[in-house]
Amino acid sequence: MRSIHRYHEFWLTLIIALMVVGTTLRSPGFISGQKMIEIFNDSSMLIILALGQMAVILTRSIDLSMASNLALSGMIVALINAAYPEIPIPVLMLIATSCGLLMGVFNGSLVWWLGIPSIVVTLGTLTIYRGIIFVLAGGKWVNADAFTENFIQYTRVEFLGIPALSWYAIIIVLAFFIFMTRTSAGRSIYAIGINPSAALYTGINIGKTQFMTFCISGALSGFCGYLWVSRYVIGSVEVAKGYELIVVAACVIGGISIAGGVGTVIGTVLGALFLGFISNALPVIGVSPFWQMAISGGAIILAVIINASSQTQGKRIILKNREAQS
Amino acid sequence: MSDVKTQTRHIADRLESPLKLAVFSWPSLLLVVAIALFILNSFMSPYFLSAWSLSDATFNFTEKAIIAFAMALLIISGEIDLSVAAIIALSSTIMGLCLQLGFGTSELVLVGLFVGVLCGAFNGSLVVGLGLPSIVVTIGTMSFFRGISFIILGDQAFNGYPAEFAFFGQGYVWWVISFEFVLFLIVAFAYFVLLHKTNFGRQIFVIGNNATAAQFSGVRVKRVKFILFCLVGLMSGIAAVLLTSRLGSTRPSIAQGWELEVITMVVLGGISILGGSGTIQGVFIAAFIMGLISFGLGLLNVPGIVMSIFIGALLIIVIALPIIAGKIKNRLKA
Amino acid sequence: MQNSVIKLSGISKSFPGVKALRNVELELYRGQVTALIGENGAGKSTLVKTMTGIYQPDEGEISVNGKVVVLGSAHDVFSHGITAIHQETVLFDEMSVAENIYLGHTPKTKFRTIDWKKLYSDAAIILNDIGASHIDAHTKLKEISIANKHLVSVARALSVEADIVIMDEPTAALSHKEIEDLFQLVDKLKNDGKAILFISHKFDEIYKIAERYTVFRDGQMVGRGMLSDTSQDEIVQMMVGRSVDQIFPKRNASIGAPVLHVENYNHPTEFADINFELNKGEILGFYGLVGAGRSELMQALFGITKPSSGTLTISGQEITLKGPADAVKAGIVYLPEERGKQGVILDLPIVENISLPSLHTTSKNGFLKMVNEFALARKYAERLDLRAASLSQHAGTLSGGNQQKVVIAKWLAVEPNILILDEPTKGIDIGSKAAVHSFMAELVAEGLSVIMVSSEIPEVMGMSDRIIVMRDGLIADIFQNNEDLTAETLIRSAAGIEEQVA
Repeated sequence: MRSIHRYHEFWLTLIIALMVVGTTLRSPGFISGQKMIEIFNDSSMLIILALGQMAVILTRSIDLSMASNLALSGMIVALINAAYPEIPIPVLMLIATSCGLLMGVFNGSLVWWLGIPSIVVTLGTLTIYRGIIFVLAGGKWVNADAFTENFIQYTRVEFLGIPALSWYAIIIVLAFFIFMTRTSAGRSIYAIGINPSAALYTGINIGKTQFMTFCISGALSGFCGYLWVSRYVIGSVEVAKGYELIVVAACVIGGISIAGGVGTVIGTVLGALFLGFISNALPVIGVSPFWQMAISGGAIILAVIINASSQTQGKRIILKNREAQS
Repeated sequence: MSDVKTQTRHIADRLESPLKLAVFSWPSLLLVVAIALFILNSFMSPYFLSAWSLSDATFNFTEKAIIAFAMALLIISGEIDLSVAAIIALSSTIMGLCLQLGFGTSELVLVGLFVGVLCGAFNGSLVVGLGLPSIVVTIGTMSFFRGISFIILGDQAFNGYPAEFAFFGQGYVWWVISFEFVLFLIVAFAYFVLLHKTNFGRQIFVIGNNATAAQFSGVRVKRVKFILFCLVGLMSGIAAVLLTSRLGSTRPSIAQGWELEVITMVVLGGISILGGSGTIQGVFIAAFIMGLISFGLGLLNVPGIVMSIFIGALLIIVIALPIIAGKIKNRLKA
Repeated sequence: MQNSVIKLSGISKSFPGVKALRNVELELYRGQVTALIGENGAGKSTLVKTMTGIYQPDEGEISVNGKVVVLGSAHDVFSHGITAIHQETVLFDEMSVAENIYLGHTPKTKFRTIDWKKLYSDAAIILNDIGASHIDAHTKLKEISIANKHLVSVARALSVEADIVIMDEPTAALSHKEIEDLFQLVDKLKNDGKAILFISHKFDEIYKIAERYTVFRDGQMVGRGMLSDTSQDEIVQMMVGRSVDQIFPKRNASIGAPVLHVENYNHPTEFADINFELNKGEILGFYGLVGAGRSELMQALFGITKPSSGTLTISGQEITLKGPADAVKAGIVYLPEERGKQGVILDLPIVENISLPSLHTTSKNGFLKMVNEFALARKYAERLDLRAASLSQHAGTLSGGNQQKVVIAKWLAVEPNILILDEPTKGIDIGSKAAVHSFMAELVAEGLSVIMVSSEIPEVMGMSDRIIVMRDGLIADIFQNNEDLTAETLIRSAAGIEEQVA
C-alpha cells in the first residue's frame, strides 16, 4: 500500500486519464483541446477554494464557512458594481478578497485566541455570513442586467485561448505551490499538522499558524466570490449553498488527510479536477447527471479508505532480528 | 508507614448538593435564554401566545431534535455523522419506491426505519471496522446516500402517500398536541434515560473522555460506537417518516442542509464537540430555543435566512462567553 | 579548574503532586562528556526539558558562559548555542530527511524562499560528517529505520551552531555497530570543543564515552565527579542506594500452585519465545531497560494486542483473549504504565472511574444505581486510604499517587485473581509508594497473584518472589529473589553485560 500512497497523485492522474479515455471511446470527439479547457475552467473555482481548505485541513482544522464567505463577498461586489458601475474591476476584486480576508480573520481569531474548535466556529459563521447576505441585499437578487460589461468580461476574456477565470486559477495554483513548498510559513503548516509537539520544539507557534491558514482560506473564498458572481452573472443568498462540503470532498479525494499534515497542492488540484471532470463527462457518455452526486460520494469514501490504509503508523520494533527485515 | 491502614478516613460522596450543581449548569443557562426568548416573543407579536401558533411552532424543530438526541450521544462518544440529512433523503426515497410497489402504511414506516438503520450501520462499519475518521466518511456517505436518491428520482417526486400515513407528520394526538411533539417528548425522555441512567450511557461518556482508558478498562469501544451510528441512522429514519408524512411527497432534495442544523442544536445544547461531556436536557432546551427563534422571527416576518444569523451568533456566543469569562478571571488572579 | 560552559544551579520544578526536581546542580565542560545517571523518574527528562525551553524552572538559574540566561522558547535555546537529541524522536514522519534536519533554519534563496538544492546538499554534507552517508537526504523520514531516525536527529542537532549538545538516551534503539559509530561521532564532537550531556542507563557506554558524571535520584542530585575516580559499584550505590528511606513490607510468602501459564508467546515485532508461569500468592517481578518489551508483553496478556502464536492457560483452562473485556472476565486485570492516558479518566469523577469495570454488578438490569456505585467506590477508596475530599471529585484533581490508587481501586473492585502492575509507583510520591507496596503485600497474602513490571531495582528486589529480566523482547534470565541476588546482577542482565571476573 505504501507505493500507492507514495504516488497518490500518480494514481489520481491515472484514474482521471482512464476516465478521459473511457469517455472518448463512448463519445468520440470528446477529447478536444476546447473541451479540456472547458473542464478546467469549470473546475477553476473549486481548485482555488480547495487550496485554501487544504491549508486549513493540513493544520488539523476545517473551514466550513468558505461557501458562505464566497457568497457574501460576491454579493458585496455585486451590489457595489450595480450601484457604482464606474469603479474598476480590479478594485472590486481587491474588495472581495479583503472582505473574505476579514471573515477569515474573524474565524481565525476565535480559533486562535479562544481556542474554540474550528468546526464549531465555522459552523456558526457559516450561517452568520450567509444570513448577512440577505440583510445586505434586502432579500433581493442582483440580476444579469445590473452588472457592467467589464464585470462579466473579467472572467471571460481569453488569453492564448484560455479564459481569464482559468488564468486566475493557474496563477493561484503556482503561487500556492511556491508558498507551500518554498517558504518557511508553508512548511510550518505541514509541520504542525504532522507533529504539533515536535513543531513546538522547532519554535513554531501553532495558534498563529492556524490563524494564518484561516486568513488564506478566507481571502481565497472572497476572491472566488467575485469570480462566482461574474461567471454565473447572479448574486443571491443561494450562491454556492452547500458548496463547503464539496470543497472538503475535493481535498479528501486529492489525498489530504483530515488528521492533518499530509497532502500536496498537485493532489488537491487533481481532486478538484476529478470532481469537475465527472460533472462534465457524465452527460457526454449518456449517464444522467443525477449520478454525479453518488459517484463523488463513492469516490470520497474510496479515497479515505486508500489514504488510511497507506498511513498506518510504524510501531517501534523491539525484537532486534526483526528490525533488519523490516 | 505502618499506620497507613489503622484509621480509615471517611470520604464524602459529594460536597456540593446536586441541586446547586443543577442550578449552575449549562441547561439552566439555556433555560434562562429560552424563557427570555419566550417573553420577548410574546411582547413582539400578539399572535404568539395562542395555543395553535405555539403548536405550529413545534414542527420547526421536532424532526431535527429527534435526530439531535442520537447525534448528541454520538458526538459525546467522539464521533460525528454529517450524513443524517442524506439518510432522510434515501430513506424517504425508498419509502416512495415501496409506495409504488403497493406497500401499506405500516410497511412503509418499517421500510423507512430499516433503511435508516442500514445507512447508520454502513457508516458505523466504515468508521469502526476500518478505523476511518467519521467526519470524512460521513461527508462521503452524505453525497453517496443522497446521490442514490437522485439516481432513483432525478427531478421527479413521489406523491400519493396513503391518507393514514399523513398522521405521523400532520396528525394531532389531542387538541393542539401533535403526534410529532408527543414523539419528540418520548424520544427525549428515552435518550435522557439511556445517556444518564444506564451502563451504556456511562460507557459513552467514558469513551468520549478517553477511548484508550475505556478500552483498557474492558469497555467494548467499537461495539458501543457501532451501536451509536445505528441509532443515529434509526432516528434519521424516524425523521424521514415524519418529514415525508408532513410534506406528503418525496424529492431527492428533501431535508437539504439539516445536518448542520442538527449539529448546531447539539453544540448549542452544551455537548462538547470534542466529546466526553453534555446532557440531553441541554439539547432538549436548545431545540426549543432554535424553535422559538425561528418562529418568533417568523411572526415578525423576518425571513428564515436572517434567523440563521441569530442561531449562528448564539452558537458562537454561548461557547465563547464562558471561555472569555475564564480568561478574565485568570488575568484578575495573576 | 576549567570553567563550565553551562551551569545550572538550584533548579527546582514541581508538578501537581510531584516534586520533579529539587535544588539540582549541573555543569558541563568544553570538550568533555558528562553522563547524567539515574533511574526512571529520577528527574532526568524534566531537567532536559528545562534546558530546552519546554519547562520553566520554579527556582534556580541557568548561566551560559558565565551569563545568566532565560530559556523561554526554542529560539532562546538555539541562540544560546544549546541543542538536543531527544529520547522520543521529535521529528516529522511525512517530511524528507533533509527537511527534518533543517526545519526552522532552512537555507534561503535571495528571494527568501527555501533553497531546496542547498538544503539537500547541506544535509548530505552533514549526514556524511556524522558517518551516515548511507541515508539519502531525499527519503521521507517514515521510510527509514529507527536507528537511522536517530542519526537524523543527531544531524539536526548538529545543523545549528551549538556549543552544548544534550543527548537524551541516544543509544536506546541502536544496535552494537550503530552505537560504535555514534561514539566515534561523540569523540569528534569532543574534539570540536563541544560540551556534551549524555544520558544513558548503560554503564559500559558511560565508562567508554564520558569523563564526568552526575547522579540524580528522586529529583535530587546525589553525586558528581570524574568517572576515573569512581567505581561502577559506587555509582550503582548512588543510583539505587535508598535503603535508608524506603522500607518494603516484610511478608511470609505462602506460594501455591501455578495460576497462569504462558507458553511460547510470540509477537511479530515486540516479543518472542516467552515462557513462564505465575503461582498463587506470588509477586513476580519483571525487570529490564525501557523498551525491552515488558509492557508490550503485559498488554498481550490483557488482550490489548494479540500474540501471533502461543497459549495462555489460566487456572488450568486454556483461553484466547479477544479483548480486555475477556481478560477481565478471566480474572486478569492490568494497571497500565501510562496512567494519564490509559488508566484514569481525568475528567470523570472518582466514583465513575472506580465503578467502570464493575458496572454490571452495581447496576440493575442495565440501569445505573448510584448508591451501589458510591458504596463500592467508598469501600476500595477507604481501604487504599485515598486522599480525596469527595468521591464526586474529578480524578484529574488528585495527585499522581492518589490517581494511581483510583486505578488500583477500580481493578480490585472486580475481584481479580491476577493483577498485572506496570510500573505501579512510577512518578508518585514516597508516601503513596509505600501505601501501594504494603497493599500489594496484603493482596498476595489474601491469595492474589501479582505480576509487577518495574524499572526500579529496589522495588523489584524489595517486593518480588522471583524476578524475570527481559532484554530486546526476550526473556534474558529468571532469578529467585534471595540473598544471593545483587542489584548488579540484575543491571548486568538487563543491559547484556558479561559478569566481570572479580
